[in-house]
Amino acid sequence: MNFDFSDAQKMIRQTAQEFTERYVAPLAAELDQTGEFPRETFGRMAAHGFTGIGIPEEYGGSGGSDIEKVIVVSELAKKCGATAATLSIHMIFPAVILKFGSEEQKKKYLPAMADGGKISAFALTEPNAGSDAAAVKTTALKDGDHYILNGTKCFITGGGQADHLVVFALTDPSKGLKGLSALVVDKGMPGFSIGKIEDKMGIRASETVELIFDNCRVPAENLVGKEGAGFKIAMTALDGARIGVAAQALGIAEGALEETVKYMKERVQFGKPLTALQGLNWYVAEMATKIECARWMTYRAATLKIKGEPYTKEAAMAKYNASETALFVTNLALQIHGGYGYMKDYPLERMMRDAKITQIYEGTSEIHKVVIAREVLK
Amino acid sequence: MKRAKVNQGGDLQEYKDVYVIGECLDGRLHPVTLELMGEGRKLANQLKRHLGVILLGDDMDEALEHLQDYDTDVIYHLKHPLLKDFSTEGYVKVLNDFIRGNKPEILLIGATSFGRDIAPRLAGRLGTGLTADCTKLEIDPADGKLLQTRPAFGGNLMATIICPKNRPQMSTVRPGVMERAHKLGEGKAHLVTVIPELDAEDIRVALVEKKPPAKKQVNLIDARVVVSGGRGLKTPEGFRLIEDLADVLGGEVGSSRACVDAGWISHAHQVGQTGTTVRPEIYIACGISGAIQHLAGMSEADYVVAINKDPEAPIFKVCDYGIVGDLYEILPAMIEDYRKRKEEADHA
Amino acid sequence: MNSIVCIKQVPNTNEVRINQETGTLIRDGVPSIINPDDKNAIEGALKIKEELGGTVTVITMGPEQAKAALREAMAMGADRAILLSDRAFAGSDTWATATILAAALEKIGETDLIFCGRQAIDGDTAQVGPELAEFLDIPQVTYAKEVSVEKGRVRVTRYGEFGDYIMEARMPVMLTAIRELNEPRLPHVRNIIGAWEKKEIEVWTMEDLTIDPTQIGLKGSPTNVFRSFVPVREKQSEIIQGNTPREKAALLLDRLSSQKLV
Repeated sequence: MNFDFSDAQKMIRQTAQEFTERYVAPLAAELDQTGEFPRETFGRMAAHGFTGIGIPEEYGGSGGSDIEKVIVVSELAKKCGATAATLSIHMIFPAVILKFGSEEQKKKYLPAMADGGKISAFALTEPNAGSDAAAVKTTALKDGDHYILNGTKCFITGGGQADHLVVFALTDPSKGLKGLSALVVDKGMPGFSIGKIEDKMGIRASETVELIFDNCRVPAENLVGKEGAGFKIAMTALDGARIGVAAQALGIAEGALEETVKYMKERVQFGKPLTALQGLNWYVAEMATKIECARWMTYRAATLKIKGEPYTKEAAMAKYNASETALFVTNLALQIHGGYGYMKDYPLERMMRDAKITQIYEGTSEIHKVVIAREVLK
Repeated sequence: MKRAKVNQGGDLQEYKDVYVIGECLDGRLHPVTLELMGEGRKLANQLKRHLGVILLGDDMDEALEHLQDYDTDVIYHLKHPLLKDFSTEGYVKVLNDFIRGNKPEILLIGATSFGRDIAPRLAGRLGTGLTADCTKLEIDPADGKLLQTRPAFGGNLMATIICPKNRPQMSTVRPGVMERAHKLGEGKAHLVTVIPELDAEDIRVALVEKKPPAKKQVNLIDARVVVSGGRGLKTPEGFRLIEDLADVLGGEVGSSRACVDAGWISHAHQVGQTGTTVRPEIYIACGISGAIQHLAGMSEADYVVAINKDPEAPIFKVCDYGIVGDLYEILPAMIEDYRKRKEEADHA
Repeated sequence: MNSIVCIKQVPNTNEVRINQETGTLIRDGVPSIINPDDKNAIEGALKIKEELGGTVTVITMGPEQAKAALREAMAMGADRAILLSDRAFAGSDTWATATILAAALEKIGETDLIFCGRQAIDGDTAQVGPELAEFLDIPQVTYAKEVSVEKGRVRVTRYGEFGDYIMEARMPVMLTAIRELNEPRLPHVRNIIGAWEKKEIEVWTMEDLTIDPTQIGLKGSPTNVFRSFVPVREKQSEIIQGNTPREKAALLLDRLSSQKLV
């Protein structure tokens, strides 16, 4: 049982850390204020091979696997949850194409998603279909050599910036979930427009939008896999995406603890630094222990996935646990900072706002508990 | 490859006297020259030997006249048209020939960018050891060898180095540390002009252009000295005083957030949680109360000096030296006093 | 345009702490990094390669763990990596180190540029580069803050305390890089993985080199460490007293001057 990272993984972590210090940390507070999508940072992430992690070199990718994804996403999240989320969610589309796409689709999309710097999105959720994915209503009815897309998607991360999106729609509404399919839609396709841009509590620089499909004609070759395979594709994609969210939550928690350690050494009250107070030290112990747990659960889920073993339960546990940890740690970290933690001078309040979403998207904690219980009670 | 070797077992007793290599480029005599002479005199006295100063260049009457007033036994002027401008190989060739001829036991050079350029090359050609950036030099009473102490590990460690089997013992000496030579009076030192052998082919790097010093950009991160102003300045004009003190000490100007928010100075100067984190050798906080957000940006300074009217200001709890007083009285006094001390040192 | 870059793996001295009780350095857990100036040198060589083609060889003298530094250099884009490692090299001062590097560079053969970092953050001597150039009998330009290659010549902006010098040299030439030269690139993930999985590091020992053994190692080093100590500073806070601002200012300057701060 080897818990060590390889030398290459250690260097990837070091690179991600330096990248974050240099390019991400200085912008985090301002991006949170403006809610502006970090386009320049995304371009840099592509230039350094982050966006191509998990895509094989033969398709222009960086190589690597979910372990490297967790490393990079968690390092980014220490300083900016929004940037981490942007990268993590961008990585879902290439994973889908890699697993379910045709050879032409792989050649067409994967290099673009790696060094190419193109942005992608994953569009499943609808106003009436959140946890209840089966309630999807968007249709994609065949018409000659096209599918006609009609419907609305909401809360889609990166949807307004994406060059390519994988959209889930019913090619056969009479079959319910068995009639769900996955299609690639390109930015600017006639009939596809961006609706509302959400004003969020946290990860504000990660753009979250409504997508409107009004008789949008999508070429038949954009179908991913077979008609009716949509639900399986979506669930598989979400299993993997969960690990990304766990990584994001882990990083936010780690970042909050780092800030707290620094603050406790500097802040003097009652004639001593805060590190002299046992009560606060106990909080630190709790935070550190929960982070340690979240860390290894996340890497374990990633390891099982890489080995091709079943990992649904572990991914659900990792995401559920890491997100709870992120809330716990950021809340306590802010508390330890006292009044200063509440002020925007310090990143704690942003970290806490960023942490909340990890309990909700890519499957709520409640859904995850359903999944976990089902696996355990089998 | 023909090259020098060390530990050849020569007779070390043949090497006598302390020589220092002065630095005079573009007509400017670097102050480290006087510091080397001061230190050299101390060492020469302890060894009961002579002190020689070497200056390289072409016509340099002004610098030579100036040096002749100072305490040294002899000044060697290595004079050649090709030495008018700095060149590594020109300087190293003539120094190699001269040192091999005169055999000093100790050779000191200023640890300036030019000193540190030629010293290792010269040591390589002479076949001897070199110790860099020395901050303390002593003679070992047991056998007269030079004990060279210098910082390593970024200043976290002090190492005393010796060069027991080779001569001369060479050191580059950190500027601004050693005591300057004393002025003895007009033209007391003995001046010897040496015309070395040097051809154009000996110099393989050409000096194409000399650029004047560029306009300084704010560089808080590398600054050795930071002088910061805070709300206690009361008006933006107060930053002129901060700038004056920073200029005089060779440092950068910093600011607390309050002044930046008030528009008195640009964000580039802000030190603190939402500004820059600095690690200077000395941080002088003027009219800054010492709020935790500010401390977050400067707590790594080696020395903190605080000047504030309010004796209860939190900054006094983290400072090494504090003055309770009006910065508009203290700073001008500091600037004037410092200028006076510098003048005295320059003319000593 | 072929370059050879000499690098050193060093402990990150910013993170070295002092054990106040024993007065010794705490080196445990301090990460090893490529010496910062050397990274500027690597970047300088890579930029020239991108512009003019050629190869970049990176070389270091050190123990087995120095291979990690070479891997990082390869991840940045170096084509060839050589480790010089032998017990006979241990205890080498800058003279001995330069001797060993010179022997290795002679074995590599003709090159256009030799790039070194100006100074290592552990030894802080800035001596190896110039000594190496001396032993190879090639010209040098130190403190390089700008480098360009034009018409077979190297043009260097050399930092000076009172203004920069623009120097020009024919190749081969040895340059030492300072921080201002460039911002070293962060390696691409693909190249990091490739550096470990695909590339080889050559290891050369005494047997592979022609060296006079009397000029290397502890015995061959002309300088030795006589003693070392950790400067421990007691942090004391002093509120300077005085009757007038002048007095206080004067006393403050006395204090700062005695600490050699001003």
